Amino acid sequence: MAASLRALRRRIRSTQSTKKIFSAQELIAGARIVRAQARVEASKPYAREITRVLSALASSASLNHPLLTERENPRRAAVLVITSDRGFAGSYNVNVLRRTEELLALLRQEGKEPVLYVVGRKGETYYSFRDREMAETFTGFSEQPRYEDAQKVGSALIDVFTAGADDDEQGGAGDDGVLGVDELHIVYTEFRSLLAQVPVAKRMAPLEVEEVEEFDYEREDRESGAAGESGVPTSYEFEPSAEGLLDALLPKYITTRIYAAILEAAASESASRRRAMKSASDNAEELAKNLSRQANQARQAEITQEISEIVGGADALVSANAGD
Amino acid sequence: MATLQVELVAVERKIWSGEATMVIARTTEGELGVLPGHAPLLGQLAPGGVVTIRTETGEDLTVAAHGGFLSVSEKGVSILAETAEISTEIDVERAREALRRAEDAGDDPEALDAARRAVSRLRAAGESV
Repeated sequence: MAASLRALRRRIRSTQSTKKIFSAQELIAGARIVRAQARVEASKPYAREITRVLSALASSASLNHPLLTERENPRRAAVLVITSDRGFAGSYNVNVLRRTEELLALLRQEGKEPVLYVVGRKGETYYSFRDREMAETFTGFSEQPRYEDAQKVGSALIDVFTAGADDDEQGGAGDDGVLGVDELHIVYTEFRSLLAQVPVAKRMAPLEVEEVEEFDYEREDRESGAAGESGVPTSYEFEPSAEGLLDALLPKYITTRIYAAILEAAASESASRRRAMKSASDNAEELAKNLSRQANQARQAEITQEISEIVGGADALVSANAGD
Repeated sequence: MATLQVELVAVERKIWSGEATMVIARTTEGELGVLPGHAPLLGQLAPGGVVTIRTETGEDLTVAAHGGFLSVSEKGVSILAETAEISTEIDVERAREALRRAEDAGDDPEALDAARRAVSRLRAAGESV
């Protein structure tokens, strides 16, 4: 009996100390969500402006830039998956990876060979454990991403996309000897609210012009009150030419979208981590409570037994003396 | 007097916004001054360029803007940059150090880019390079 009491006490202690870790993680994640949300907000003015500039440009320039045109007979599609570097985040990574598998299956069905680009150590281990080939991985910034990180990812993707332009019909590398891709997709977790984070898959390139227009309308709706001439498209002067600007702007636009996705993913990661840590520390508390109940019971049983042993011993002594 | 509504945004945050009487910038095509009522324009800023914003109060705000675009519409001017720093925030010593390091690093595109960034920061801070 004494042994089990000791064992129970040890379990209570260890449960309590893990609970401390969980609640510390919860607090850290909570602070990070606020910061990540602020960064998502801070990046919005730029994203809005670049979208506006791009839609102004799109209405003036001819739209046959390689990043805009749909390729005939697409063979390979790059998929950028954004996961976290650390675990402790509940179903965050599982959800993203499941969404990715759906996308990969869809791409294969359409006869395109998916090429994986992975952000985050969790995604990296997931695919390397399953012996799946990854074209490139980026790790070390999932919680606090900077623009340079997005640039690194963006330039890798844009390079491979540009290289795909001259691939031949049989799926071999073209003149440049590099096997490129014909489409760019991204899978990340959208931060809807503190309680809802949804994994989404989007196509980044070829860019869908409808999307640009959609942004444009949204902008104009908001501006129409002030400007009062939203129906009239502004004719812009361009320095350098519209085509030259488009060349410079589109890669930046894609990088901006990757940056926005990574930022949202970072906010979502912290939110899921906080939720996971909250329930873990609640569970730890529950467990500690049950264990201390059991420990108290064991302790009382021990005392009762000791008393009955003493009483029994005394009785035996008394009856032995009376026998004399 | 008419003014321009100017917004200066970098990727990670909005840096400055307010009223200005004039914006001076250099695009890849050449130097350019924007006064209120300017025709709508989209321009790519020259690498290593400096943008000067003359505010309502007559002060000059000098900004090192790297990898950016200038967009002029009826409503005002927006300057988009990958990185942008206002002259008063620039650490001259650090910029010099960065320039020296970039020049030592040789000819690869990344070093050239870093050098141009450093030059634009020094120019904005009023140093001659």
